[in-house]
Amino acid sequence: MKFPEELLYSETHEWIREEGNRVTLGITDYAQRELRDIVYVELPEIGAEFKKGQSIGVVESVKTVTDIFTPVTGKVISRNEELKDHPEYINTDPYGKGWIVQMEIQQKEELKGLLTAQAYQGLLPKEE
Amino acid sequence: MKDFNRYLPHTPEEIQEMLEEIGLEKVEDLFKMIPPPYRLTKPLNLPSPLSEMDLLRSLESLQSPLYSSFLGGGAYHHFIPSVVSHLVSRSEFYTAYTPYQPEVSQGTLQAIFEFQTLMCELTGMEVSNASMYDGASSLAEAVLMAYRITRRRKILLSETVHPEYRRVIQTYIDPEHHEVVSIPYLKEEGRTDPYSLFHHLDREVSAVVLQSPNFFGIIEDLSGISERVHQEGALLIIGFSEALAYGVLKPPGLFGADIVAGEGQSLGIPLSYGGPYLGIFTTREKFIRNMPGRLVGETIDLEGRRGFVLTLATREQHIRRERATSNICTNEGLCALMATIFLSCLGKEGLRELSLKNLSKAEYAKKLASEIRGCRIGFTSPTFNEFVLELERDPQEVLRELRREKILGGLSLARFYPELSNHLLVTVTEMNRKEEIDKWAELLRKAMGR
Amino acid sequence: MGRIRDTGLIQEEPLIFEKGRRGRRGCSLPEWEVDEVNPERVIPSHLLREQWDGFPEVSEVEVVRHFTRLSQWNYGVDSGLYPLGSCTMKYNPKLNEEVAKLQGFSKLHPYTPEALCQGILRLMDELGAFLAEITGMDAVTLQPAAGAHGELTGLMMIRACLRDRGERRSRILVPDTAHGTNCSSSTLASFQMVGIKSDERGILSAKQVKEQMNEEVAALMVTNPNTLGLFEEELGEISEIVHQRGGFVYCDGANLNALMGIVKLGDLGVDVVQLNLHKTFSTPHGGGGPGAGPVAVKRELVPYLPIPVIERQGEKYYLNWNRPKTIGKMRAFYGNVGVMLKAYAYILSMGGEGLKRVSELAVLNANYLMKKLKDHYHLPYDRPCMHECVFTDRYQEKNHVTTLDIAKRLIDYGFHPPTIYFPLVVKGALMIEPTETESKDELDRLIETMILIAKEAEENPDLLRQAPQRVKVRRLDEVLAARKPKLRWSPK
Repeated sequence: MKFPEELLYSETHEWIREEGNRVTLGITDYAQRELRDIVYVELPEIGAEFKKGQSIGVVESVKTVTDIFTPVTGKVISRNEELKDHPEYINTDPYGKGWIVQMEIQQKEELKGLLTAQAYQGLLPKEE
Repeated sequence: MKDFNRYLPHTPEEIQEMLEEIGLEKVEDLFKMIPPPYRLTKPLNLPSPLSEMDLLRSLESLQSPLYSSFLGGGAYHHFIPSVVSHLVSRSEFYTAYTPYQPEVSQGTLQAIFEFQTLMCELTGMEVSNASMYDGASSLAEAVLMAYRITRRRKILLSETVHPEYRRVIQTYIDPEHHEVVSIPYLKEEGRTDPYSLFHHLDREVSAVVLQSPNFFGIIEDLSGISERVHQEGALLIIGFSEALAYGVLKPPGLFGADIVAGEGQSLGIPLSYGGPYLGIFTTREKFIRNMPGRLVGETIDLEGRRGFVLTLATREQHIRRERATSNICTNEGLCALMATIFLSCLGKEGLRELSLKNLSKAEYAKKLASEIRGCRIGFTSPTFNEFVLELERDPQEVLRELRREKILGGLSLARFYPELSNHLLVTVTEMNRKEEIDKWAELLRKAMGR
Repeated sequence: MGRIRDTGLIQEEPLIFEKGRRGRRGCSLPEWEVDEVNPERVIPSHLLREQWDGFPEVSEVEVVRHFTRLSQWNYGVDSGLYPLGSCTMKYNPKLNEEVAKLQGFSKLHPYTPEALCQGILRLMDELGAFLAEITGMDAVTLQPAAGAHGELTGLMMIRACLRDRGERRSRILVPDTAHGTNCSSSTLASFQMVGIKSDERGILSAKQVKEQMNEEVAALMVTNPNTLGLFEEELGEISEIVHQRGGFVYCDGANLNALMGIVKLGDLGVDVVQLNLHKTFSTPHGGGGPGAGPVAVKRELVPYLPIPVIERQGEKYYLNWNRPKTIGKMRAFYGNVGVMLKAYAYILSMGGEGLKRVSELAVLNANYLMKKLKDHYHLPYDRPCMHECVFTDRYQEKNHVTTLDIAKRLIDYGFHPPTIYFPLVVKGALMIEPTETESKDELDRLIETMILIAKEAEENPDLLRQAPQRVKVRRLDEVLAARKPKLRWSPK
């Protein structure tokens, strides 16, 4: 499993790429593996505002549904429309083509509370 | 050896062997974990078991006599080809469970896929689920779905929607969170009052709920309504209780309905004193993920062969649990199969012909009734196989007289519409013979002559 | 595909829309007898249907062959053992099917005057009384069409009673072993679900309930026996705790097959319970219904029962619509009468003695299975079970064989798989409910088969991973079905 060093991570298995006053958000390689084949992604509306910790959408596989939480407060400025026809991008390329939303953030201090790649990996159950 | 043991294969020796294997002495020991104060010491107070013959005799005696009937109002006496009951009696269909293991349920799954297709054709909509409990609860779930989609509080509900369906909608919604505004009907025409409807239509309305043909048997003209409803960002929901009407009428989907939810009992399902029936639920593809109920989809297997599976299950209770689109699990699967077989038998021509026969017989009865002194056709709008008569005598008394001649002449409307205390709902189907209708009309004339 | 079929006696069969020919007809309709009306003369033409192309055109022979072949792809209880946990796939007596076909019931219109319906009203009233006796409750409504429908009805009654008292409780405690319908029914009834964990024994502890029970909680929903097949031993005490704080105890009665004549749920403090006639009371599952989900209640909730209520005055039965505190109606008419007839016949065939025997043998069968299989499959809760038992795939994990693989391999050996991946508290759950209508021979056959499969998992795991082989279609692509939903046939 891959966890790019330059990204930040949340305990709820999302990743954040910081881009000035914006962030791009997706779910981690661990999350997509646990979910298995993703069949559908429910994306938020453009312009929707969320507080840190709120659910911004949902990812579905055949037999599971799970929320996507935003670890930072922000407003959605774009979303990955490709996921409508290609939800599998989250499985094949979770940090690239599988990006989910881009948000404008208001409280950059929140980023300090996120985990580094190493810290995040430390949280994951050990492989047997 | 009691007769009921024909369903319980264990012999005393086998029971002993099994107990020994488990390490117990007697059957009671299996229930040691139940705290003694709660263990029953007396047998259940139920009648002694009956033999097969005694049971049949006893039940036969509880049957109702079957009179000539002009009753409708949400349940219809229609012809059921012998093929239908014969095929659904195949135990591979009726003793099967929900098709969770698709490899051993392709029969059920393909039949449901065919059902879904037929319901789309019937209602003019894009997608159908595998069935709901009945027309009333299906319509209620349509209302809940509209709330989920629009997130608005109010619905506009026509008074011409079946009174029991309206009651069910009122029961399903929580009055603390949602509001129902009743839309009256035009007194002469018997259809929903469009002025009142559009007067109440605003951006707080989640959905407009109409029924066609409505409870009075009247065909509501749905032209132009969906456009105005959509302009306000609301949904148009059309209910129905007589599915065969769409054999001759333009289906609601072609009028821009967003959800069409109603009753399929007319499609090969016996009257059975009110149930089991068949809830039909159809909508547009864009609303798929908000739909309640089971969905069967087409796919391929490991070797590229076509097959069918339950799909989009993430909407349902066993996965999404408290955020499911509904709580429905067991639905009316076998009834949906009956409808599928029924429509297959009828086919394109048969469906059209059957509907026309209903229309023709009802028009015949209507004509006879209109010529009776003291009888008036209650509303001016066109009808399918049900119509309202206004009588100059108390309808209950008239019905009583007809009943003495073993005819159930119609349904008195007073219990549902206090303002229509002199009115009768008369339903005529292909099952009412001409001589029956003539007799009904004759007795009506006699009754009105008094 | 062409005309040649090479699949032996399990025939290939297209969709009904892919069959037939223009002009074919499959039925004989009643005669015209009156003049055919031209619809355009009585109905404005813009309201008339213009095309019927989507409907098939097939002969009766084609219809019969079509559905006969489809049925042959199915497995039902009549085909063999169907050990689905929490579904109670017991044998469906054929006598009951005959009863439901009696024309004096099947052709009866629901608006037929009550004076002509005394027989069926009496039957429904008696059925309600039987169910009340079996569960130890005070009154029953037969209106709900299925278990989930019954749950919603029961929860709405609780809500109505609380609002009547002027109380605004918003929460329902739902155990982690609950069936999914418990959660979704709670939401539909405008409650917020709060989870409560089962303890290390796999059951609810009074201590835990005491901690979570307060004046915000409207009810505790419990299933007894629970979905692990375990009897909720502390339920009596738990009910007292809930009642003391003004709440109700709702019981999901899906697993009643373990308790009839042994213990009454009402005695354990249950206030509302829904029953599943298509489980405990032998009416057929139909491939997804129709079922019936009557709800039995204690006296306090009687005013809130849905209308109409069947009542008796002297020798006469009637439908009482005048119940001011009723929650309203859950469906049109009175309930799934066709299903009730079968359950009624079942209860009359079994009597109290027979029903007790049913529960005893259901529990015996499950415990026998559990004992014989526990050396081969991991048993997460090694305690006496009731009518069902739960295993996991833990012993097979090291061979990379999953519960799914085990289930699919069972199909190759002629069995319908048990329930898989439920309850959620157990990872890789395999829930087996044999029911009482299975003989020791049949159980032994299942046991030997499962032991063989466990051996295959060790020695030749590919057999499981490639299973099923002896079927018409194998491992259908559910991912494709969800990504690109194709929910109806369309003409090209």
